Amino acid sequence: MAVTRRGAPPDVTYDVTVIGAGVVGAAIARELARHPGLRIALAEAADDVGEGTSKANTAILHTGFDAVPGSLESRLVREGQAMLAAYAAESGIPVEPVGALLVAWDDDQLAALPDLLSKAERNGQDAARLLGAAEVRAREPHLGPGALGALDVPGESIICPWSTTLAYATQAVRAGVDLLLNCRVVGVGSAGEAHLLTTSRGALRTRYLVNAAGLHADTVDRMLGHDAFTVTPRRGQLIVYDKFARDLVQHILLPVPTALGKGVLVAPTVYGNVLLGPTAEELDDKSATGTTAEGIAALRERGHRILPELLDEEVTAVYAGLRAATGQDDYRIGAHKEQRYVTVGGIRSTGLTASLAIAAHVTELLAATGLELSGPRDLEPVRMPNLGEAFPRPYQRADLVAADPAYGEIVCHCERVTRGEIRDALTATVPPGSPDGLRRRTRARGGRCQGFYCGAEVRELYERGAEMGTG
Amino acid sequence: MRRERIVDVLVVGAGPAGLATAAGLAAAGVGEVEVVDRERQAGGIPRHCLHGGFGRLGMTGPQYAERCVAAAVGTGAVLRTGVSVTAWAAPLTVDTTSPRGLERITARAVVLATGARERPRAARLVPGTRPAGVYTTGELQQAADLHRQRIGTRAVVVGAEPVSFTALDTLRRAGVSVAALVTEHPRHQARPARALDARLRHGVPLLTDATVVELVGRGRLSGVALRHRDGRTAHVACDTVVFTGDFVPDHELARRAGLLLDPGTRGPAVDGAFRTDGRGVFAVGNVLHAAEPARAVAREGTRAAEAVRRYLSDGDWPSASVRLRVTAPLAWIAPNRLTPDDPTGAFTLRATEFVARPTLVITQDGRILHRTRPRSPAVPNRPFRVAGEWTGRVDTEGGAVRIALG
Ligand SMILES: Cc1cc2nc3c(=O)[nH]c(=O)nc-3n(C[C@H](O)[C@H](O)[C@H](O)COP(=O)(O)OP(=O)(O)OC[C@H]3O[C@@H](n4cnc5c(N)ncnc54)[C@H](O)[C@@H]3O)c2cc1C
Ligand SMILES: Cc1cc2nc3c(=O)[nH]c(=O)nc-3n(C[C@H](O)[C@H](O)[C@H](O)COP(=O)(O)OP(=O)(O)OC[C@H]3O[C@@H](n4cnc5c(N)ncnc54)[C@H](O)[C@@H]3O)c2cc1C
Repeated sequence: MAVTRRGAPPDVTYDVTVIGAGVVGAAIARELARHPGLRIALAEAADDVGEGTSKANTAILHTGFDAVPGSLESRLVREGQAMLAAYAAESGIPVEPVGALLVAWDDDQLAALPDLLSKAERNGQDAARLLGAAEVRAREPHLGPGALGALDVPGESIICPWSTTLAYATQAVRAGVDLLLNCRVVGVGSAGEAHLLTTSRGALRTRYLVNAAGLHADTVDRMLGHDAFTVTPRRGQLIVYDKFARDLVQHILLPVPTALGKGVLVAPTVYGNVLLGPTAEELDDKSATGTTAEGIAALRERGHRILPELLDEEVTAVYAGLRAATGQDDYRIGAHKEQRYVTVGGIRSTGLTASLAIAAHVTELLAATGLELSGPRDLEPVRMPNLGEAFPRPYQRADLVAADPAYGEIVCHCERVTRGEIRDALTATVPPGSPDGLRRRTRARGGRCQGFYCGAEVRELYERGAEMGTG
Repeated sequence: MRRERIVDVLVVGAGPAGLATAAGLAAAGVGEVEVVDRERQAGGIPRHCLHGGFGRLGMTGPQYAERCVAAAVGTGAVLRTGVSVTAWAAPLTVDTTSPRGLERITARAVVLATGARERPRAARLVPGTRPAGVYTTGELQQAADLHRQRIGTRAVVVGAEPVSFTALDTLRRAGVSVAALVTEHPRHQARPARALDARLRHGVPLLTDATVVELVGRGRLSGVALRHRDGRTAHVACDTVVFTGDFVPDHELARRAGLLLDPGTRGPAVDGAFRTDGRGVFAVGNVLHAAEPARAVAREGTRAAEAVRRYLSDGDWPSASVRLRVTAPLAWIAPNRLTPDDPTGAFTLRATEFVARPTLVITQDGRILHRTRPRSPAVPNRPFRVAGEWTGRVDTEGGAVRIALG
């Protein structure tokens, strides 16, 4: 078990190195770890897993009902959805099958619904159906005026994206993968039969290479001499509303897609908040994860029409994520056999859902390029701490508190995070690299007061944990 | 399994308001009075205000908190800390979590004294990146004074009300220089001596009519963008920003109980006897009007104790009430429900603009109930009071009472 944040990479030749510990890279490392005998490295530029796009999305476990039938994405989303739903159930990753409604607000949108229904059916969503205005209102009484009808897609769910990435990484590390954090790959050369990677922590040798660098997949691809695509960041800004807003919305409320993109949705989160977003802005700066006054104003205007009462609630957080658009609708996954190299690019807006299926697909591609794989084994299941409101949290469990009083000591009051959970996160297989990482593992400091009450205490606990050598 | 218990009065929140209420009740001998607080230490906000300015004698916050605690415990109230009230199981029954286990406590009367907090950056919709170095005064005080954490080197303070100057002092004690105080208002809202001291003795510039419109920096804050009312923008380099004031009641329990809230204060709507619209549930302190000085809320606690005591002996609860509504530039009034047997105390108001010579006009269904010229100007973020002698003229069957600045 090795998670390192500094020092030169081990002086070994890895069989496979995965670049990028987002949800996709972590899933790939985990899948490879199921094959005994492989030495695997997962190299990540940031100080934690899931620090890129994977931490800032809308957290929906998609059915893929609106995917382009026949595309790779459509297949991997559909397969990935089922795989992740099963994996989440086994690992305790919170998922809530709330279902989605695509709400039509004008006649054009209403007219588009039957086509969307048949597309959904072609994508295997047999339970999808059309709803009239009255039924929509009955299901979502707080909707703004003017909803004419909706497409009901019962299979859509909400999920915790943070514990998903962390569960993959944890299982991978426990199965022997070296997780190298603060390890940016800046160059790729060759050393005989192996790739010689130049990283910010020193040289790293590997026979096979997987590029799961998200927004930077094009840069890494160029390091290997390919000029197949360019990643254009498409920013999505989002507003998180207070838990009091949760009662206002029962489903994921999707807009009817237009030529301009998927549009702004309103969705519950598994933490009991409500999300409003995202925007869609083409940028050229891959680090532009800031929010803007215009973006926030535009979201509030949309949100006001969809769910007027939402705007009266307090805002808990505002954030932005960057989708890795490549100017093509489908994923850009491909193998270069002679280079023992697989690119996993353009995993734009469905990568969380498809992650496990992408991992299986990439593993097959690696086998086809010559990587010898022993038969897969089942990994020891992980049990993730429950961050979801639909399941009992530690502070609600008399058995847990009786066994260990630290689960009765609430440190972050808004999110009801206990000292026991913070301790567990700090001493876990993959400990957080920053207070923000601790927040994604526990929700501590992620609530309505944003640290007014608990900020100093949480920072203290984090720093003490880091001192103990676990941070 | 939850342990189930019964007490006479349960007070939620051991800040100045809750402690004063408990002290008054225990002194009156109403039976078992229990105060719970989710923090490890009782005393509420003053615990982390290491500066003077509390109570009559200008004690520091911790000294004041200690006195409040001693008074409550001395009269026989039971004080339990590290106990969070997490939910309601029935109208007068709450669920709690503490290291000692889970409980379900039923009381004859419940007093909510859960206080208030400052709105953080996100709730104020300030765009930009999400760097470290962003605080509210509450977090800053705990980080700097209680935990002795490193804060930063150069700060911008957002706000120029009394609590903003408190943040200034805390930053100074922590060795942080202050680049500027920024207020969207045309003037600061503190005592003149306080503001003069900051400017002259400590050289802290006050930027008025200005708003922080963006936070800049990766990992750590590197600066803030300001916009002046005339449209000019400026960048101020800093590694720390403190969002002060803009208080909001901690009304989670009130809301989860389904109590009627006041749209202005956002706290539970109460009458002059601190009664909410939920029978047996009282509310007192900053959860009603964020935020007032500690002494003012402690006085309220004493009055609330008397009201609770009366209820415990006669069981009376008003069935009807008339709402009080304010018009801009007034933001709120508290109390904000009038009931027939109300004791006619004073009302606290808040304005959102400076009004040099305000006239307060109180009407009901078009009928003028009261007109007064308060002696002092209305100042945003500062209390403004009106006595309650007019409440007898209110028609308890009539429409909402309106309070406006004429
Ligand atoms: C606004 C928004 C909403 C979305 N909503 C959903 C949704 O509801 N459901 C869904 O399924 N998907 C959704 N997505 C998509 C999903 O978030 C992404 O597809 C997924 O996170 C991509 O994961 P990744 O691992 O490819 O990329 P990333 O998470 O970005 O991971 C790539 C990693 O590579 C690292 N890296 C880059 N270059 C190097 C290098 N040279 N060396 C080492 N490391 C490097 C980065 O630091 C990063 O951690 C959404 C995306 C956005 C932006
Ligand atoms: C930064 C700052 C500086 C200030 N400086 C001054 C000053 O210089 N002079 C002055 O006079 N006043 C000052 N004040 C105002 C003064 O501190 C408050 O008016 C006073 O503390 C309010 O008392 P309270 O009892 O209503 O609430 P609080 O003091 O806020 O106490 C509320 C208590 O309720 C507890 N609680 C909340 N929810 C629950 C729950 N669910 N379960 C259990 N417990 C719960 C909290 O832990 C807290 O202890 C300042 C306030 C702040 C925020």
